[in-house]
Amino acid sequence: MSTTPLHILYCHCAFARVVPADVKSGVLSRLAASSVEFEAVPDLCEMSARRDPRLAELASAESLRIAACFPRAVHGLFEAAGCCLPESARILNMRTDPAEKVAGELIAERAA
Amino acid sequence: MSRLDTAQVRTVLYEGPGSLPIQPDARSRIMTALLDKGFAVTSLRGRAHVTALPRDFLLVLGRFTGNPPLLDGSVAMRFQQIDGMDAASVVEAAEKLHDGTGAVKAGTWKPWFPVIDFRRCTNCMQCLSFCLFDVYGVSAKGKIQVRNQDNCKTDCPACSRVCPEVAIMFPKYRHGPINGDQVSEDDTRREAMKVDISALLGGDVYSLLRDRSAKAKSRFSKERDDERALKERQNCLLKLQKEMDIPMEVLASLPSPDEIRAKAEQAAARGREALAAPTSAEVS
Repeated sequence: MSTTPLHILYCHCAFARVVPADVKSGVLSRLAASSVEFEAVPDLCEMSARRDPRLAELASAESLRIAACFPRAVHGLFEAAGCCLPESARILNMRTDPAEKVAGELIAERAA
Repeated sequence: MSRLDTAQVRTVLYEGPGSLPIQPDARSRIMTALLDKGFAVTSLRGRAHVTALPRDFLLVLGRFTGNPPLLDGSVAMRFQQIDGMDAASVVEAAEKLHDGTGAVKAGTWKPWFPVIDFRRCTNCMQCLSFCLFDVYGVSAKGKIQVRNQDNCKTDCPACSRVCPEVAIMFPKYRHGPINGDQVSEDDTRREAMKVDISALLGGDVYSLLRDRSAKAKSRFSKERDDERALKERQNCLLKLQKEMDIPMEVLASLPSPDEIRAKAEQAAARGREALAAPTSAEVS
């Protein structure tokens, strides 16, 4: 195994109903059908609370793309875990945007 | 020990050398099923690095054709052949591993806690003074921080309403800006919840609770009308619940008035101490 960092993070927000289920399933199925590697987590909030070291690794990655919720909240969650997201990190909001748009931006930019 | 300090079982869906590809539909079903049960999934198609805490357990899933791939041995790992297994069976294998580790069951805690937007926070310590459940603390540099996330009362956003800078978020809350949505000029102008509380209660929430409780006790002792006292308390709680969106369970479980007063005074003192000596030792 190499040490190439992962660049895509998908949050399933499994323990709340704030992200529409069809958006979550749509994004996940599109990611799964693509050829990209990615990290899928049950709940980004929980990772932050646990200060999971994977967050620091992700924050240091180039061209990081995150499918989760509001960007202000996601920045706060990373900061609470002791690592700041770079300005270049792109956060896609599954609470407000459709699955096609979120998945399209995740995958298209990854392939670019 | 906090439940947040315990081990986790994570999974890797491995499709690199030594493992056959998984059909996209099956891949999606397996990942969804694992995530729904609280297992993180790293999708590897060839080259990748997996980071995990040494205390964690890694379950590597794949359609292995021979010997399992060589992985970094810093984490306890188990390899699971999933050829011919459906999503439910894969989850079963993950749960079986989980049961043998002593790790906390995922999903037993809804991750609900305040997240501070430090681009807005002015370190005024009002949240520290307000919270009765020791969720907040102060760093060694005198900076407010969320310290005990799992002390927070699920679905209660009350502390975000006392923040004059609209700097406290609860990402799982229904409405903006508390959910992390952008803060509008109106939100800022209103100084949202701080004003709401003052206007709503005509004082601070602790005073109101103390007064109401005292009145209820007084009525009870004078009239021996426990029904009326209970109704009075319920009215007070309903008003708080409605206007501040605080779950009834939280209001019903508040400490006694004396404990509330003592906690509020202690927290305020901690805040003052931190602000007066920002480089002092960490305040617990």
